[in-house]
Amino acid sequence: MTERIVEARGLTRSFGDTLAVDSLDLSIEKGIIYGFLGPNGCGKTTSMRMMTGLLTPTAGEVEVLGTRLPGNAEKLKRLIGYMTQVFSLYGDLTVRENLQFVARIYGIGARACRQRIDELLAVHDLNRFSEQRAGSMSGGERQRLALAAATLHRPKLLFLDEPTAAVDPETRRQFWEQLFDLVDDGATILVSTHYMDEAERCHRLAILENGVKRADGTPRQLMQEMGVNVVEIEGTGLRTLRKELISLPEVVSAAQLGARLRVLVSDSVAEPDQWLRMHSLLNDAREIRRARPSLEDVFVTSTGRHRE
Amino acid sequence: MNSLRRILAILMKELTQLRRDRLTFGMVVMIPFIQLLLFGYAIHTDIRDIPVALVDESNTALSRILVQTIRATQVVEFTEHYSSAEEAQNAITSSRVRAALLIPHDVSQRLVRSGAVGMGTPPATDEETSRPVAHWIVDGSDPMIAAAIKGLRNMPLTELFRQSTNRKTPTFEVSLFFNPEQRSEINIVPGLVGVILTMTMIMFTSAAIVREQERGNMEMLITTPVRPIELMLGKIVPYIFIGLVQVAIILGLGHLLFNVPINGGLWNLFGITLLFIGASLSLGLVISTIAKSQLQAMQMTVFVLMPSILLSGFMFPYEGMPEAAQYIAEILPATHFMRGIRGVVLRDATLADIQDDALWLLGFMLVGLVIASLRFKKRLD
Repeated sequence: MTERIVEARGLTRSFGDTLAVDSLDLSIEKGIIYGFLGPNGCGKTTSMRMMTGLLTPTAGEVEVLGTRLPGNAEKLKRLIGYMTQVFSLYGDLTVRENLQFVARIYGIGARACRQRIDELLAVHDLNRFSEQRAGSMSGGERQRLALAAATLHRPKLLFLDEPTAAVDPETRRQFWEQLFDLVDDGATILVSTHYMDEAERCHRLAILENGVKRADGTPRQLMQEMGVNVVEIEGTGLRTLRKELISLPEVVSAAQLGARLRVLVSDSVAEPDQWLRMHSLLNDAREIRRARPSLEDVFVTSTGRHRE
Repeated sequence: MNSLRRILAILMKELTQLRRDRLTFGMVVMIPFIQLLLFGYAIHTDIRDIPVALVDESNTALSRILVQTIRATQVVEFTEHYSSAEEAQNAITSSRVRAALLIPHDVSQRLVRSGAVGMGTPPATDEETSRPVAHWIVDGSDPMIAAAIKGLRNMPLTELFRQSTNRKTPTFEVSLFFNPEQRSEINIVPGLVGVILTMTMIMFTSAAIVREQERGNMEMLITTPVRPIELMLGKIVPYIFIGLVQVAIILGLGHLLFNVPINGGLWNLFGITLLFIGASLSLGLVISTIAKSQLQAMQMTVFVLMPSILLSGFMFPYEGMPEAAQYIAEILPATHFMRGIRGVVLRDATLADIQDDALWLLGFMLVGLVIASLRFKKRLD
């Protein structure tokens, strides 16, 4: 049996009357990238803070790397790395000074520290910036520095809270390559995001909405088991068509993508393309074909946001 | 070992940040410098040249000589001249002058009969001799001004008639130790050390923890193995040096500009100052763990600063305050430091002489550090 790094049971946290995370069950194996996919305010950050010991759960418990929380989180802190959503290093210190500070806090000796920092500067392509103040760097550069700092003490479990929220696609691609390298070195990573393409890169992921976990599994699994078929309709007059279709109970969602309308039809309809063709509005010569499901379809079906 | 390393890490970080923060760095030097000049030159308890009005109803040679004699004391300066008492009173109300001297038309008769002139006892009734020469109307709302003019009440008038002053034997002999010339700077400059340290030390540290929270650094710090007490110590140590630099500036300049003697041993001075800096810094840290923003921290600093200036004995003698105020003053570190540093600097007291105050400062510092460390939670909830 594979080693469980995180095991949460009924993890709940409320702030006053609002329930930020509602009885979250979670199980994360060693050596994977586990994604938290969900819109802003769905409880991703709160869940992470509970798993790092920064927040005390209102109810439930979580075992992280063998440490039971709520409990003494201090010994856990040497084993985990946490990259916060907002840049939390010092803007008035240079890249090297920031890394030195973190290294000293983790008690890394002077020689090992220099070696490790040089290594990280090279890996994260920060050599050019080593004497530059962190506050004057671009968003992507800053996130690379934050990742370097979070991994400096070689944590077994890494929490990344929306690490690429304000980063260009190219930097994002490189960022993910780094993450796979880290996993290759034996780390386990928990990453939150609201980008579908990022979520697709995860080994496993959980979809959160309003503090509730709607689905979890591998991206492929989720796409196969989502219980809808995807049909794309090409042609004109798509706006009116969309309004028509969305009122049908069998249609879960309809969204326009350029000249195409992407329709999610419940799998209670056996032949969705035939079924759509029979629909009164579609008697003209519009092209209708089945499409491969995407993670966005999974997200839309599982979060129930399609009726908006 | 690791603990020490973490304290050092925070200390170095604070120093680097401080070095880059030009404004704060400038304040470290400019606050003591400017405040020393301001207070050193501005605060004088011996009052001179109070603007007063003159109403001379007699307008004789004698009355003019009387005015000259009063002017020679330098206590007052006659800036206005009026013909009636009502006008003079209006001038006081509209604060053009602080007092008015009314010289009655029969001033010559009053003078020759006055006991203050000392021309022997004139053959007159008691009523006649006991009549004062002239009359002061004083704006008594400021007791210091009033006291200065009341001091003129028994002014000898013998000079008026070119007679040698009758040397009277005083009831008491008074020897003024430590400040024989009665210069107020001597008392103010050492006290200023306390006021400036209270201000800067509490201000710097009260912002220290809050700033990390405001800038989002705290979330990173609390996921590291750093302990609260290590964070606290690493944050206050750089400011201890800053405090010592400020003390050196104030006392050094005070010595150069105002000739304030430094009679005490430097080690005693170092000791009591270090204790006070420690106490102020730990108070700042406690504030820092209560305040939610830097603005709140600043407000709380002012809340402590005001009584530290007014109740600590810096401006008004501790002994003159009512008992309740004395209790409040006893809580403030500044009160104990005022006594301590004046003792060391002016009276060459040793730490043993002022041990009560020194021990109190030490206790305050330790209690403050413990409270701040306990209040500081490595959690967000």
